[in-house]
Amino acid sequence: MADMLLELKDVRVRFDTIDGTVNAVNGVGLHVAAGETVAIVGESGSGKSQLMMATMGLLASNGHASGTADYRGTNLLNISKGELNTIRGRKITMIFQEPMTSLDPLFTIGAQLIEPIMHHQKIGAAEAHVRAVAMLKLVSIPEPERRMGSYPHEMSGGQRQRVMIAMALANDPDLLIADEPTTALDVTIQAEILELMASLQKRLGMGMIFITHDLNIVRRIAHRVYVMRQGEVVEEGETKALFANPKHEYTRALLASEPTGRKAPVSPNAPKILDGTDLRVNFKIGGGFLSGEPIVLRAVDRVSLTLRRGQTVGIVGESGSGKSTIARALLRLIPSEGAISFEGRSIAGLDRHQMRPLRRQLQIVLQDPFGSLSPRMTAGHIVTEGLLVHEPSISRQQRDRRAAQALEEVQLDPNLRNRYPHEFSGGQRQRIAIARAIILKPKVVVLDEPTSALDRQVQKQIVDLLRDLQTANDLSYLFISHDLAVVRAMADHIIVMKDGRMVEQGSPDEVLDNPREDYTRKLMKAAFAE
Amino acid sequence: MLRYVLKRFLTAIPTLFLIVTISFFLMRVAPGGPFNQEKGLNPVIKANLERQFHLDEPLVMQYLYYLNDLLHGNLGPSYNLPEFTVNELFAKGLPISIQLGATALFLALVFGSLMGIAAALRQNKSADYAVIATATAGSTIPSFVIAPLIQLAFGLGLKWLPVGGWGDGAFINKVGPVLTLMLPQLAIVARLMRGSMIESLRSHHIRTVRALGLSDYAVIIRHALRGALLPIISYAGPAAAALITGSIIVETIFAIPGVGRYFVEAALNRDYTLVMGTVVVIAIFTILFNLIVDLLYAVVDPRVSYD
Repeated sequence: MADMLLELKDVRVRFDTIDGTVNAVNGVGLHVAAGETVAIVGESGSGKSQLMMATMGLLASNGHASGTADYRGTNLLNISKGELNTIRGRKITMIFQEPMTSLDPLFTIGAQLIEPIMHHQKIGAAEAHVRAVAMLKLVSIPEPERRMGSYPHEMSGGQRQRVMIAMALANDPDLLIADEPTTALDVTIQAEILELMASLQKRLGMGMIFITHDLNIVRRIAHRVYVMRQGEVVEEGETKALFANPKHEYTRALLASEPTGRKAPVSPNAPKILDGTDLRVNFKIGGGFLSGEPIVLRAVDRVSLTLRRGQTVGIVGESGSGKSTIARALLRLIPSEGAISFEGRSIAGLDRHQMRPLRRQLQIVLQDPFGSLSPRMTAGHIVTEGLLVHEPSISRQQRDRRAAQALEEVQLDPNLRNRYPHEFSGGQRQRIAIARAIILKPKVVVLDEPTSALDRQVQKQIVDLLRDLQTANDLSYLFISHDLAVVRAMADHIIVMKDGRMVEQGSPDEVLDNPREDYTRKLMKAAFAE
Repeated sequence: MLRYVLKRFLTAIPTLFLIVTISFFLMRVAPGGPFNQEKGLNPVIKANLERQFHLDEPLVMQYLYYLNDLLHGNLGPSYNLPEFTVNELFAKGLPISIQLGATALFLALVFGSLMGIAAALRQNKSADYAVIATATAGSTIPSFVIAPLIQLAFGLGLKWLPVGGWGDGAFINKVGPVLTLMLPQLAIVARLMRGSMIESLRSHHIRTVRALGLSDYAVIIRHALRGALLPIISYAGPAAAALITGSIIVETIFAIPGVGRYFVEAALNRDYTLVMGTVVVIAIFTILFNLIVDLLYAVVDPRVSYD
């Protein structure tokens, strides 16, 4: 094997918790050579991150690692912290999933770049500064000299991830470990970061371990793949061979979990259920006593859209493109200008009180299955809370029965209705959120990135569920997502948003297969490129 | 930044005015007056006294007189300590209370932070439990228990310290009161710092600097501690305002001639001017320290900006 960098043998990681020992990794072997990109795939909880955290000596204080992690003859798992600190950050570096929080908010990015350079290369501040600027240039940060003085909160997520990469590469490491480095980023930014990492890897000849749950990324960049499940490697091999001929049943399931199928378009004569014309939403930033004129941000700029009965309109675009804002404006959750009608009746001028009886017809399911359910209410109470407002006359027993029914409709065991949100998995929580919306028998449901926080396999189940519910209840969906694969499977009409404007719309085939706009093409390339 | 400070000072004026107005009238709602004594004063003398201090005039006029005096920096005469003006009482007592309070707070911040950091770094180990136990004891045992205990142990028993008195500010006389003032603050700061530091050490950017192989010193002191300081700063501001305006318990038990006693004594005696003086002084310190906290925030955290 050519120039082996890191070889893990029988690595085990366990955590001592109050409830006993949790085995996160159960005897994993893995190797990576110079110039090679190895991917570790698996769903959350498969132990893929903890395996690398153990290698880097970054386990939480209740974590213990055993086995060997051989880096050029040194076992990283049983050397002192001092020795480890001469290797990590110098020879092996790591970047993380959370670009927004992985940089210290209290220091300029210059200071944060210079610090490890000075520490490892034992050079002065002036020399380190030069090196840091060169690194920023390498990761294509514009105006690197000026950016040295910026704080992390002054940069976008993509830029911060570039800075993280610059920090990781500043000391010419042999091996870069990347833990879902693009998951939190927009698809177009994702593609740029991946391209950057691939090209730097080629140029610098380092090895790379890429942890991800996104098979598209694996296909695009990895030479070899390890598939992990429940702390073990269930299958490994060359990427192409493994994708073409998966042997383990779990790998097959993983590959088959890409959302498939299309939605049949509704008749163009189907009744209009929700209609927005020339919608505008402005946000004022700043302003007030002694502060002068506020800055006006056009979050939505003259967008018109129509939702017909039984239709799913997919709204795609990057974060900040206004896709969530327009849905909220249509539901009258935020003030907007322009005409909105619901079942042919104008609702743009209605006040809160007048809107209330309509609210049950217009429901919303949010992205974050962790944050959008009250942790202090049981699943049953969460699901039936809307009934307290819209059907105040029904008794407690009836509500409980309705909760059970609603949970059954979203394929959750109704006996779980007395449990609290933290006792459910992410996918189950999203089912609870969906049950909460459909219990009111709505006509329109806004789905704001309902699957983005979920693993692919769970995602597929939720997509199937949403489709079944739509047919059974004749629902109309506004489906907001940056994930084009999911949108393609769900929507019969797609709207592409950019900077608050609608840049393109049409059927999925028109928009996704023959995009007219550059921007859509860029989104497509980022999402589906081989 | 300068503009912000100026703006804050300008907004402090109406705040102060409101505090003065509300306290002035609230106090007059309470029954009794400075010259209503148990035995009863000769009505002629009482009338004379009240005339001398304008107390026989309508309340609104009294209020305007007070405001006028206040604008000239004159807090008025004390009714119950007739040989002093309120200004003189504060000029004498405030430096003493400030000395004790500032020393106690400084020591509490330094040692409390050190204890908190040590506990956070050894979370759920014996050193951590020791700090938590000390902190709980410190914040639950009231100072009117601690102070006599210090007097008994170090004053009467070991004879290291005087039992009480100011002794013209001799170091030895300050030890007891400072200790008593410090212990509850030490406990609070240690607990705050422990929690804040644990959270800071768990944050993603600390994981980043660890992954970059930086030394423990850089990780803990330069990165984790700086982030952990913010809650301490927000606590220290109001705590400073409370501490340096004196404590009635400590000053009474140790017989210290500070200003802490005035508030309670003056309120009981309806010594209107002294109560108002105390209110004004505490209000000014509170406003000032809150401003300092906000400015320090901007120094520590670049995300806070006042432009």
